[in-house]
Amino acid sequence: MTAQPTVYSDNATTILLAGVGGQGTILAADLLAKTAMANGLQVKLSEIHGMSQRGGAVTTVVRIGEKVNSMVCCEGCADYLLSFETTEALRNIQFLKKDGTLLVNDESIKPLPVLTGKATMPENLKDRLNDYNAHLVPATRLARIAGTTKCANVVLLGALAAGLPFSTESWEEQIRAKVPPKTIDINIKAFHAGMECVQE
Amino acid sequence: MQFLSGNEAIAQGAWEAGARIGAAYPGTPSTETMQAFAAKEGVYAEWAPNEKVAVEVGVGASAAGARVLCTMKHVGVNVAADPLFTAAYTGVNGGLVVLAADDPGMHSSQNEQDSRFYAMGARIPMMEPSDSAEALQFTKAAFELSERFDLPFFIRSTVRISHAKCPVEVGEREEVELRHYSKDPSKWVMMPANAKPRRLELDRRLAEVRAWAETCEFNQVIEGSSEVGIICTGAVYQYVADAMPEASILKLGVAWPIPEGKVREFAVSVDRVYVVEEASDYLSMQVKAAGVKLSDTVQPLPCYGELSPLAIAKAFGKPVPEHIDAQTDLPGRPPALCCGCPHRIVFKELTKQRAIITGDIGCYTLGALPPLGAMETTVDMGASISMAHGFELVMQGTKHRPIVGVIGDSTFGHSGITSLLNTAYNNGAGTICILDNRTTAMTGHQGNCFNGITLQGRPSREMNIEAIVRALGIEDVKTVDPNDMLATRDAIKKAIANENELSVLIFRSPCALLRDSFQRKKPYEVTSGCIGCGVCVSIGCPALSRDPQTGTAMIDRDQCVGCGQCQQYCHYASIVQED
Repeated sequence: MTAQPTVYSDNATTILLAGVGGQGTILAADLLAKTAMANGLQVKLSEIHGMSQRGGAVTTVVRIGEKVNSMVCCEGCADYLLSFETTEALRNIQFLKKDGTLLVNDESIKPLPVLTGKATMPENLKDRLNDYNAHLVPATRLARIAGTTKCANVVLLGALAAGLPFSTESWEEQIRAKVPPKTIDINIKAFHAGMECVQE
Repeated sequence: MQFLSGNEAIAQGAWEAGARIGAAYPGTPSTETMQAFAAKEGVYAEWAPNEKVAVEVGVGASAAGARVLCTMKHVGVNVAADPLFTAAYTGVNGGLVVLAADDPGMHSSQNEQDSRFYAMGARIPMMEPSDSAEALQFTKAAFELSERFDLPFFIRSTVRISHAKCPVEVGEREEVELRHYSKDPSKWVMMPANAKPRRLELDRRLAEVRAWAETCEFNQVIEGSSEVGIICTGAVYQYVADAMPEASILKLGVAWPIPEGKVREFAVSVDRVYVVEEASDYLSMQVKAAGVKLSDTVQPLPCYGELSPLAIAKAFGKPVPEHIDAQTDLPGRPPALCCGCPHRIVFKELTKQRAIITGDIGCYTLGALPPLGAMETTVDMGASISMAHGFELVMQGTKHRPIVGVIGDSTFGHSGITSLLNTAYNNGAGTICILDNRTTAMTGHQGNCFNGITLQGRPSREMNIEAIVRALGIEDVKTVDPNDMLATRDAIKKAIANENELSVLIFRSPCALLRDSFQRKKPYEVTSGCIGCGVCVSIGCPALSRDPQTGTAMIDRDQCVGCGQCQQYCHYASIVQED
C-alpha cells in the first residue's frame, strides 16, 4: 500500500469527536487534551459553540503531537473518529483517514426531522458502520454498569485511550482532577470498561 | 502553563496589561472573553445593553485614564461603529482595546463579514493573533501601543482562535497607574471646528503607526523556498504552515495598516506571491494596493466559509488524501428549541393565526425551523419590531395576514426599545411579542437589564418591560404565561383583532435550561387513546415522536421535562402525566 499524502506537515495525531449537543463531547475532549499535555505533548482543541448546542450535531477536534499547527480536521485526515452516536459517525465519515480508527457508541439518537416524521433514519446503520471497520462500543450499557449513564462519554474516552500511547495512570489522574469528587470512582470504572471493551 | 481558548487568552492579556474596566455585549464567538476578564482580580466588568453602549463606556473610561477592554462579535462592531469611527479621532487616554470576533463559516451568525474592513474604514489599527499564545501576547501589547499612538486598537479573532485552546504561558499583572484626565475640548469634543484639525492629527498618528508596522515583531517572515511566497494572517497562518511547509510565509500580526514596504520586499524575494485568506478579499486588496502583483493559485481558493489545510493544498494543486465519500442520505440534525422551552407555544399559536412573523436574533430564531416554521424574517438585532412596522406601512388598508414582531428580552434591551419607540411615535399598528425568558439564553445565559443579574454579581435592578412599554404611550399591553396554551391563544387573538392599534404581549417564563427553573416534573406518557392525529408532534418537542407504523405519539421519558405543553394540544386526552 502506498502512503497517503498529508496536508498536515506538523505530523500531529488528529482526533475528531462527534456527537449531539449535550452528550459530553467537550468534557471527553478536554480530558484527552490534558492527558496529552501531561505527557509533554503540544495540543490544540477546537470546538464550536452557539446555535449548534441546542441539540444539534457537534464536533470537537483535538490534535496532539511534538508540534501542532492547525486546529481543524480535514477530510481523510482523522487518525481517530470517536463518535458518540451512530448517525453522527456516518455524517463525519469523510474525515476518517484511510486505515484510521473508527470508534462508535452503538446508540442512535433520532434528530427532530425523524421524530416529526419528515425524515427517516438510514437503514442498516450498524452494517454500514461495520463496512468501515467500526468498533461499536455499548457505551450507555457499560456506563450504567459503572454507576450512571451520564458517564457514557468517559466510557468512549476509555475506548479511545486503548489506542493512544498514554499510561492508564496518567488518564486516571486527569479524570480525578476533572470530574466531581463523588463521581470519581464511577468515572474510573467507566473509563476502564471502555478501554477493555476495545481491547477484547 | 495553562490550556486557554483564544478568548480566555485575550482576557488574560488584558488583565496582565493592567486593564481595569471591561464592557461588552455577549455574542458568539466573543462571549467568554468578558466572562473570563470579569472573573479576574482587581477589575470591573459589565454587560452593556449593546455594543455601542459598551464602546462608549470604554471611551469614557479610557478618557478618565484607565486601560479598558471592550469585546463583541463581528456584527456587534456594526452597532459599535458609530463611537469607534470617532474614537479614532479623539484617540485615548488609558489604552483602549476592542475585540472583534469574526465567524467565517457562520457557525452562529447571520453573516460572514470581515471586521478588518472596519479597521481600514475607521482607521483603527488591528492586530490578528494566530493562536491563544499570540492572543495573550498581542492583547497585552495592544494596550501599550494604544497609549503610545493615542489610538484605540482592535484585536481581531475568528471562531478558530476564540474557541480553540492551546497551552499558554501566563504572566503576572502589571499594575498600571491611572493616567491623569484634564479637560481638552480639542481632543474630546468632536464638533467640526475640533474634528477637522483632529482629522489631520489622526493622519499624523497613523503615519507613526505605519512606520512602526514596518519593523514591529508582530509581522514575521518565515523563510522557505524562493519560489512561492504566501501572505496571510490569523488562524489561516496555521493552515498555510501545514499545507505549504516549503513556502516562504509573511505572517501579518498587524492586519491594518499592513506594512506596505515589508510586503513589497517580501514580494520581490520570491518568484510568485499569493494571499491566502478566509471568506474575504480584504488582504488581497490591501496587498494589491501596495503595488504587488499576486499570482493565481492552480484552483481558486473558496471565496466563502472557513479555510483548512486541505482547501489550501487543493488550491495549490497538491495531492490530497483519499477519503470516504460524504454520506448524503442522512437525516439532518438541526438545533431545536429545548424540551420545555417557553417559546414553543407562542410560535405554535402565531402560526395558527397565519401571522407574518418578523423575527429577531436569539434562541427563538430556531422557531423558524420546521415543524414550527414560525418566522418569516431575521436580519439583525431589533429588526423584528422595525420590520413589522415596515410591513404594516405597506400592507395597512389592505386585506392582509396579521403582522407580528417577535423579540427576546435581551434583544429588546439591545435595540428593540428604539424600534418600539419608533413604531409608537409614528402611530404604527400590529402586534409585538416580547419573549422574556429572564436571560440571554443563546450565548449561554448571561445577565441583562431585564433580569437584573450583572456580570460580577453586583446588586442591580430588574427593568420593568411593561412600564417601559406603557411609558411609550402604548395602551394595549398584556403579560401572559407562555406555558398556558389557552391564555396564549386568547391574548394573541385579541391583540391581532385590535388592528388599528399597536399591541404588545409580554410572554414571561424562565428559560427551560436555567438551573433554578429547571425542576424536572414527572414525565408525560401517551395512552392507548391516541389516534395518531399528529397535532402534538407539530409543536416540535425533541421528546415527542410518532410511531412510524401507526402514527401514534411516543414520548421519550428520558428527555421529557414534564412541562405539559404537548398535553394541552391533545384533543383526545391521551397524553397524561405519569403517576
